[in-house]
Amino acid sequence: MPRTSTIPFGPQHPSFLEPLHLRVRLEEEKVAGVDLSLGYNHRGIEYAMEKDWKRNFFLSERVCGICSFHHSTTYAQALEMVTGVQPTERARLLRTVLLEVQRVTSHTLALGHIAEAMGYENLFMHFFREREEYMRIANEISGNRVHYCMNWLGGVRRDISPEAAREVSRRMEASLPRLRDLADVVRKDSTWLKRTKGVGSLSKAQAEDWAVVGPVARASGISYDVRLTGNAAYSLDGIKFKPIWREEGDSWARCMVRMDETLQSVEVCLQALSLLKEGPVASPFKGNPSGEGFSRNEAPRGELMYWVKANGTAGLDRVQVRTPAFVNIPPLGEMLQGEQFANVPVIVVSVDPCICCTDR
Amino acid sequence: MSRRSRSRPRSPWILHFDTGSCNGCDLEVWALLTPRYDVERFGIVNKANPKHADILLITGPVTKKCEARLRALYDQTPAPKLVVACGNCASTGAPFQDAYNHCHGVDSVIPVDVYVPGCACRPEALIDAVVLAIEKWRSLDQGWTEREKEKGPELGHEVRP
Ligand code: SF4
Repeated sequence: MPRTSTIPFGPQHPSFLEPLHLRVRLEEEKVAGVDLSLGYNHRGIEYAMEKDWKRNFFLSERVCGICSFHHSTTYAQALEMVTGVQPTERARLLRTVLLEVQRVTSHTLALGHIAEAMGYENLFMHFFREREEYMRIANEISGNRVHYCMNWLGGVRRDISPEAAREVSRRMEASLPRLRDLADVVRKDSTWLKRTKGVGSLSKAQAEDWAVVGPVARASGISYDVRLTGNAAYSLDGIKFKPIWREEGDSWARCMVRMDETLQSVEVCLQALSLLKEGPVASPFKGNPSGEGFSRNEAPRGELMYWVKANGTAGLDRVQVRTPAFVNIPPLGEMLQGEQFANVPVIVVSVDPCICCTDR
Repeated sequence: MSRRSRSRPRSPWILHFDTGSCNGCDLEVWALLTPRYDVERFGIVNKANPKHADILLITGPVTKKCEARLRALYDQTPAPKLVVACGNCASTGAPFQDAYNHCHGVDSVIPVDVYVPGCACRPEALIDAVVLAIEKWRSLDQGWTEREKEKGPELGHEVRP
């Protein structure tokens, strides 16, 4: 009979950035079952969001510091649906640029984090060096590194000068060869392949069952991307975009989807910057919103939804947030089943669990 | 000056714990360890083990569920220890002032030595904070035995596991 043991992971653990608690039941070296415990990060933001619709542009960014601009953009789009205010063309493109810059920082963080979880310090440093470059680009455009504080109803709050736009494009182009080098490492490096190939698989049927979204779904053969549809679709602004997806469904496929999306995001940024035309960055709006609105966006981890109910006063009746990590974390139990214990951190990090999004 | 207090500030090991932050400040803590800011050249190493740590970098407003964990981490860290509250929400809980499930800052749970402003705090500010903490360390050389007795305020509510 195999010997069994239970090993706790977290809430404070070297390979997790965030407080997440896993109880891993082992049979010898194999994982027999996993219990998840969440809620360490629950602050009660949805309740706080009912106080003031104007403050929410900044509060919604504080839901998550990795995809902050995605949160505030989705909130702004939901309010735009409530009020009927249309964002200007320049604002839409500036939003696209910042969304994609943030996607690059998020994906390079996720990949670096996986490298760190498997003990590949060198690669971790390489990914973070590239990430830092994009943090600085975000700083150049918005004046902030993490929370851009750029969104407002009907547009954005700051404009970018033509020189700054040119400088940003130049730096993005200069970073592309370095990112391609890193993509080669993810694709071919033997250490990386040994730790990720065939590890933590999620088949297409399982992925559909668990309704996963974002890179996790696209790595399991579901080519679903919100950037193609809806009123925030990139094609409406004339940006060419095709979702990236793979069929393997293992940790490596998830890494590859993220890596290819990073390169694609840089290209989308460059397209959006070249399409920028002179014009106002925000449409005017006076008064308080009233009614219901709903919006979706493709955050780095998948589909992000906001539902807003406004009542014509400074407060809101309800803001409901559905974050991508919320649906991506539960299938972990299935992915970890029967895996080696040493692979647990890599698999957990490969779905890119964002606890502060999930718990809010 | 004892040998311990002379050598330890040369290479302070840090422990980072997220008590319900938005990840903004956590990533700036991580940015410290990476090539651009690279605090390892000052001997600062991120150790995820409280038993090895000298300086605790705490982010987040301390959610109710994390409160007992933070206290346990603080108690497990051996005595010459300093606490840095990183970011506005660790200092006062300000960004989440209307939310209901947190303790309004790290100092309501454990004693804090250095507060870092900013939402998110810049990596430069964090380096500055660690330097300030080391200076405080030197000046506290004699007072450590008193400090060891220092405990945080009492828990305001029942702790459920
Ligand atoms: S201070 Fe701001 S950026 Fe830092 S953890 Fe708190 S909310 Fe996030």
